[in-house]
Order: sequence, then structure tokens, then C-alpha cells
Amino acid sequence: MAVDPIGGALSRLPPHQLDAKLRAARFLVWGAIAVIGTAYFRTQIVDHGKYELQSESNRLRPITRPAPRGVITDRHGEVIAENVPGYTVALLRVTDSMRLQLERIAPLLRLGPADIERLLQRFRRAPYQRLVVLADAPFDVVSVLEERRLQFPGLVIQTEPKRHYPDSSAVAHLVGIVGEVTDQDLAGRRPTALRPGDLIGKDGLERAYDDTLRGKDGFRYVEVSALGSVVREGALGLEPEPGATLRTTIDLDLQRYMARIFPPGASGAIVALDPTSGEILALYSAPGYNPNAFVGGVSPAYWRELNVSDAHPLLDRAVQARYPPGSTWKLAVAAMALKRGIATMRTRMPIPCRGGLQYGDRFFRCWNAEGHGSLTLEQAIAQSCDVYFYQLGLKLGLTSMLEDGNAWGFRARTGVDLPGELPPAFPSGPEYFDRLYGARRWTSAVTLNLAIGQGENTQTLLNMVRLYQMLASDGKSRTPYLVRPTPEPPIDLALSPDQLAGLRQAMINVVERGTGRSARLGALRIAGKTATAQNPQGPDHGWFIGFAPAEQPAIVVGAVIEYARHGSAVAPHVARVIAHYLGADTTTARYEFRLPNDSAPRETRVLGAPPGDSLTDSTRAPAIP
Amino acid sequence: MLRRFRKLDRPLLGVVAVLSGYGLLMLYSAGRTDVPTIVSTIWLRQLIWLALGIVCAVLVFRVSPRLLEWATPYIYGIAVFVLLLTLLFGTGAGTAAGSHSWITINGKRLGQPAELAKLAVILMLARWLAERREPPASLRDLAYPGLITLAPFLLVLLQPDLGSAIVFVAILFSMLYWAGTRPALLLLLASPVIGLVLAFSTAVWGAWILLLSGLVLWVRPYVREGLAVMLANVAMGVIALPFWRHLAPYQQNRLLAFLNPEADPRATGWHIIQSKVAIGSGGWFGKGFTHGTQKRLAFLPAQHTDFIFPVVGEELGFAGVVVALTLFAMLLFVLMRVARRATDPFSSFCVFGIAGMLFAHIVENVGMAVNLMPITGIPLPFFSYGGSFLLTCALAIGVSLRVAWESRQSGYADHSQ
Repeated sequence: MAVDPIGGALSRLPPHQLDAKLRAARFLVWGAIAVIGTAYFRTQIVDHGKYELQSESNRLRPITRPAPRGVITDRHGEVIAENVPGYTVALLRVTDSMRLQLERIAPLLRLGPADIERLLQRFRRAPYQRLVVLADAPFDVVSVLEERRLQFPGLVIQTEPKRHYPDSSAVAHLVGIVGEVTDQDLAGRRPTALRPGDLIGKDGLERAYDDTLRGKDGFRYVEVSALGSVVREGALGLEPEPGATLRTTIDLDLQRYMARIFPPGASGAIVALDPTSGEILALYSAPGYNPNAFVGGVSPAYWRELNVSDAHPLLDRAVQARYPPGSTWKLAVAAMALKRGIATMRTRMPIPCRGGLQYGDRFFRCWNAEGHGSLTLEQAIAQSCDVYFYQLGLKLGLTSMLEDGNAWGFRARTGVDLPGELPPAFPSGPEYFDRLYGARRWTSAVTLNLAIGQGENTQTLLNMVRLYQMLASDGKSRTPYLVRPTPEPPIDLALSPDQLAGLRQAMINVVERGTGRSARLGALRIAGKTATAQNPQGPDHGWFIGFAPAEQPAIVVGAVIEYARHGSAVAPHVARVIAHYLGADTTTARYEFRLPNDSAPRETRVLGAPPGDSLTDSTRAPAIP
Repeated sequence: MLRRFRKLDRPLLGVVAVLSGYGLLMLYSAGRTDVPTIVSTIWLRQLIWLALGIVCAVLVFRVSPRLLEWATPYIYGIAVFVLLLTLLFGTGAGTAAGSHSWITINGKRLGQPAELAKLAVILMLARWLAERREPPASLRDLAYPGLITLAPFLLVLLQPDLGSAIVFVAILFSMLYWAGTRPALLLLLASPVIGLVLAFSTAVWGAWILLLSGLVLWVRPYVREGLAVMLANVAMGVIALPFWRHLAPYQQNRLLAFLNPEADPRATGWHIIQSKVAIGSGGWFGKGFTHGTQKRLAFLPAQHTDFIFPVVGEELGFAGVVVALTLFAMLLFVLMRVARRATDPFSSFCVFGIAGMLFAHIVENVGMAVNLMPITGIPLPFFSYGGSFLLTCALAIGVSLRVAWESRQSGYADHSQ
């Protein structure tokens, strides 16, 4: 081997040239390392903040934590609506398409193709939020999903407060339902923090006081892998703020009692008010529905059942249905006559009741074909004599009756703090009949019908109960309310205390020896009025509105029961509600008695109402058969 | 044996040992993901490969460079033949399932011949350059080494494996440089490729042609060669567009993503973006060993092979990156010193070619992680998981150790570094 092995061995280059090449090569390596090092320095040190943020947002996804809705209680603090823990199954969008994710999870959750389309539609509205697939998942489904969560990227299962109504259908129309916000809801409101997927009150108190009850949603971070599996739950986030508690005027005990004693299978409503304040003590509409079934999305089957049912369970018959007031209206006519000085409680009409009244070429019958003879106003109320009120109506005159009716709120909503209240249907003045039938094409016969609560006059139960609230108190209205009264100008019947006392005495007589004897209870003196409202579509509706104690009324209860045929059949229920509230004996002694019928005579209709403008029995729902 | 060991090049052995340990640790960390995958135990398999590599290195260390020089044509021939077989019967794997990079027997993947072919090319070039004893002075002189490289280059390019193909070019240029070829001549040799790349902008390409003309006048090659270079460049400018259209969509996308990763962040840009996020979020000292969130949550693609360096950046921060880069620089310097002191030209060229190969791998792999280089699936020496490349590196180190040992045996004073 050579002593200097390199020299000539490596081509012809002398060693110093080789060393120069080596230096250049080293320089190149240093240069490359320097360029790379600079690039890393820029990425790791200069832009560190930006990339750290990206890496955090890469792994952390915010997930909404819905706020628990406020608790709804009755006047004593007993719970009407509360929250219980439930499981929500939701999906986050990850690398796969949402459709693929849904299709993968569909067999376990028993989702059909239609469900997937519906969910995808919802997802497209808010693609950056979790898509709630199952809002109220049963525990067995949750445990199966938990076991296989790696198979379902983007799967988020969390416990969420779930609405629960312990009394279910007994409070259904009162509290209403909650549901996911729809596009219409979003469009109708001011741009609040509402986002698609949020829960809002859809009916009843839940809707009326939604802003109070809905809290502020919080959120939390979950750590998500690139494949979308939720790896762990982050500690960061924002606690949800629960909604405020809503204390109502309801007496839950009374409400339950009402639901219990309401004749099974019947449709109708009962409302109980405190006459001195307008506080609604109970409000029940039958048939009810199960508001708990709406929590987490109502099943299509139940929704269909509710909607095709002839009984229209979703309708709140206390404020959303109009019925002809029938004889309960006679108190309004009597009060108008008293106020205008046309009659006193002792006034008799010129023609005594002989079972009917000949007016023009028509014979208007009294419900009692045997006739009542000559009656005072007080007796006429007790016996609900139609002939008396035909004549009183004529004496009062159509114009005055309509004028007072309008002034006393029979054409306006009561302003109760429940959504969807229907205004009563009542003519604004005589021109109404000109429009309806044509000028001079109608006769004063309309007056006769209006005078006995028939004809072009349909009222909601709550509107009529308010009339009796005025009669039971000082003649002034108190806007009925459940939580806060709406500031409505009070209506004043402008009756003297004597006149009010006279009307009350007449109503006591209704129960003591008149048409409402079925409401008579042992020791309790109840005042009230029955009505059997003519119903062109079937059996007559029964009414009873009463209050007690008669001397110093503490409660007004009104009820209407569809197809009850007689008001006297309704009376005992109302009486029992009153007695229950006042703590008296609730057994109605002569419950099974053969009762008088104060139905308005059928064949006396002045003119058939033109189709499409029926005032006789218009409820919000499609025609009741 | 012990005496032999004492005569080993300790700096080379040391830096390789440290790099292997570092790499194995990072490979272990790469497997620590929240959702365990096959990667979680891959460091054990790498350990087996490492043991096998050491055995191979020891074996090759015992082979005299003379014997190696004699066997070179056969090695080269076998390598080209196996590459040809691979192209015909090879299979793809992993992220490159559509390619033909693997030799497979009975469905079992044996290895990637392209890695070992790099060594064969180094040996073949070293043999030719050593025999010549004259620096190639004209483009005509460069034709033969060019052909030696071109055969495996094309075979690998057709697999297709652009990354490995480029390594062949890097080997060629580094060895020609070491042989004494003027850098200007090398530039002329490379000019058609540069012209091809620059042809995407007419203005830049025009400027390049002007620059090239100046270069040709300055280097003063034979007239015919000068004309050929100019013609080749013009031709490249013309075929640039058809060539681009001929590229596979994934290759086009990779090049476009290199220019602007944000253009398609979900698909092609994903790798670069997530890699940069991993590195950038590491900061000065990183998120801690095995605690990288990008890696843990599987945002990093191929975190055990091509994108293992972002794991270093994320978990050990800039400090870990600097340490790794320094170790790589030291390795290259040690190898270049060994090449300088080799007792014979063949050995010297071999070791310098090995340094060139490793340099290409390091710059490309580390560079692509921060978007300095376009993405090509090319492993990082001593870090990336992969048996064939690990064996290649082990053999290369074995050869280098032998060369260093030989020069010590011959009494070359060890008076530097």
C-alpha cells in the first residue's frame, strides 16, 4: 500500500483540490441544514401560535350542552314540569359524509331511509353543529352504542336534561309541549340566540313563557381524532345556565281533581278562576294527550293518531274552541237590561210563557213546552225561560245588545297568557247582519235568537267564565292569567251592588230550585247557570258556570262538555270542583235525577247561516261531526 | 476481533448508534396513538430489522473492497434484473397501493428492491470512475455514468416511485462532483430537467434560456454538445405541457399542493397542512415524548414512515429537530472524511456516493415535512420504519466502516476531528 494512499489514487486531483472539494461539500451540507433549520424555526417558533391554535381546533370540537328549561310549579310550589336526565345520541361531521355516518348507525337505531333523509335535511341547516339523531335514547341503545363507539366516527352520547311532566295528560293543554325549533319559528322571532336544533316551547305555558323558561346553552369540548372518534372529553367549556322557575297560579291538586272527575270519553273543558284576581286555578281540556311523548321528538305514529282523532286532543277547548253560549248568555242579557234600567229583578214581561212566543209569522218556542207562566226576571233566570228573554231582548233592542256585548269583551280575546286563544265570534253591530243577509233582508228575529245565546254568537269557555267572574265580584273584569296578567283595560258591567246581588240570588235559585239543581251540594251555596247550547252538528253541548260561596265568591268554575245534551248534566261536575276547592263535601246527592232540559228550540232558526261563514259552532278544528 | 473493533471508526459508529436509538424511540412514540393501530408494535419489528441490519453490516465489513469491486458488475446486473421483475410482477403497499414497488412471493412482501439498487448504482459508478482515473471533462464523458444511472432510474420511475428515482440522480451528481467534474458541466447536464420545471412560466423559462446561453459560452464545451444542451432545453420547454398532462393525477396534485397546500386542504393538501400543524405546534421544546396530539389523534399521515419527522417536531420541539439535524450533519461529515481518507478510489467513491444518497434522503424527507420539498414517499434514514431501507443503510454503513478501517490499517494518521 502506498504511504499517501490518496494522492494519485483519486483521479489526477492533487490533495489540496480534494480538500477544497470536501470544504465545498461541507458548505453545501451546512447550507442545506441551515435552510431546513430556518424553515423549522419559522414554523415552530415564529408561527407557533398559529399552528398551536390549529392543532387545538383540530382536536377539540365544541358540543352544545343544552340548558335545562325552567321548572314550572303550581301556586304552592308543586312541580308541573321538571327535567330528568336523558341520553342524546348525536353525530359530529368527520371525514366521512354524514350520509355514510347515518347509514352506518341506522340499523342499530332502527332508522329507515325516510328518517335518514329527514336527518340529513336537518344537518344541512347547521352543518357545523352536532346532529342530534336520537334526542331521547333508551338505555339499552346507549349501552350498545357505547360498546361499539369506535365503529361510529363522530358519535357523541351525552346526558341532557329531558322535559318531564309528572301529571302528563292532566296538565297537557296547560303546559303545552316542547319541540325542536323550526324554520318558521326562527323566521318569526327576533334574531335571538336561537339556533336550529334548539328546543322551544310549542304550546301552552312552555310557549307563552319560552323566553323565561329557556336558559342559556353551554358547551364543552371533546377531543376528536382525525377519524372522528371522540377520544375523551375536555374539561374546558361553559356551564349551561338553567332557565328561570315559573310559578303559576295553578292549584295542581284542583287540576288533578278536575282531570279525575271529568266524564271519561267526553270532550270539553273546565276552567276555575279566582274571581277577585283573575288567577286561573285550574284549566283542563279533554281529551288530553301525553306531553311527555313530544319530548325528544314525537313519534310519527302518535302524531298521526292525535291528528286523525275525531276528538282533536290537541285542541285546548278552554280557549281555542267556540261554542254557542246558550242560556249562560241570559245573564249577560239580564245585566244589560239592568244596567240600562230597562228592567229590575222584579220586572215581568207583557206576554207570559205558554210554551212559546208568536213573533211575526213564526212561533218561537220555549224549552219547556208546558210553559212557565208569568215570571219575574229573577224567576226567569232560575227557570231559564226562553219566552221571557225573547221579550227582554226585543225590549233591549239589537243595537243596545250588540253595543254592550262589544263593550263587555264578547268580541275580544280575554288576553289570557296562553298562546292561540281564539277571539269569540260576535257581531260588531247591526251592519253585520246587512253584510250577512243583505240590507233589509233580515228581521228582528235575530234579536230573539241572540237573546237566548243562540244565533250569530259563539264564545270561548274562558270568555263566558270571565262574565261570571265579573258577576261574582264587583262587576269589574280581572284578566285571567296563569303567571302574569296582561295589562288589559278592565271591563266594568256598571251594575250597582244591589243589582249584582239580585243576579247572584237568581243564580243561587238556579241551583237551589231551578235548572241547576243537580249542582246542589249539602251545605255549600253555589250560584250558577246551566245552558244547553244548540249544536247543528249533533247532540247539544252542555254548559254550567257557577261560583261559590254565593255570598263571597272565592272561585268561579265554568265547564262545557260537548254533546252532553243538557247543561244540568255538566252542573254536578262543576259543583264538585268547587266543593273540592273549598274543602266541602263533594258528593252530589241527586246526581242521577231526571233533569229539565233548557235547550233552545231547534226549529226556530231565523235563517240558515250561509255556508262558509258559520258562526254557530266554529271551533278552530275541522268540523266536529 | 477485539483489536479490529478498536480500529473501527468510532465517530461513525457512535453517530450511527445514536441516530438509530433516536429513530427507534421516535418510532415507538409514533405507535402511541389513542386508537391503537398496527403501528403500535412496529418499533419491535424495526428492532428485528435492526438486528438483521447489524448482522449484514458485520458481514459486509468482512468483505474486502477488492472483492466488492470485482463483484460490482454482477451486483449491478442482478439489481437491474430484479427491478425489471419488480416492474413486471411487483405489488403496491399502503398509501401507494397502485404502484409496483414490492417483490412479493406467495402474497408475502419481501422488500423494495429500489432501496438496494441504490447501493448497486453507487458501486457501479464507483468502479467506473475509479478505473477512469481522469475527471470527466465533457458531456460525452458523462454519457456512460449517465447510462449506469439511467437504467435503474427509469425502472424505478416507472413503478412509479419518483422519490427513489430522484435519489439515483443525487447519487450520480454527488459522485461526479467527487470525481472532479466541473460544477458548471454538471449544471449543463441537469439543465434539461431544470428547463422542464421552469417551463411552466414562459417568462421564467425565457430567463433560464438566456442564463443557460451565458453558461454555455462560459463553459465552452464542444460546439455539438453546446447545441445539444440548448436543443434539449428548448425541447423540454415544448414538451412541458404534454408531459404535465401525462402525469398521473396524484402526481399533479402533489406538485400543486406543494405550491399551495391550502388549495385543497381536505385531500391533497391534508398531509402537508397536518404535518406543518404538528411541527408548528411543537414550539421550542414540544409537547413531550409520546404526547403529540396530532399524532395521537391520527391527524398525521404515515407517522411511522414518511412523516416520522413531524413526530420529532411535535413532541420534542425545535430542540429535538436541531439535535436530529446536527446528528445527520455529523454523519455526513464523518462519511465525507472517510471518503477523503480512503486508500483507493473505488472505496472513496463508494463512501462519497453513500453520503450523497443519505443527504438526498434527509433533505427530501425533512424538507417535505415543512413544505420545502414536494411530497415524495421517501424514508428518513434510521427513523422511518422499513426493512429494505434499513438494510440498505446498514450495508452502506458496513462498507463505510470497512473503508475507514482499511485506511487506518494502512497507517493513515487519525489527526482530525
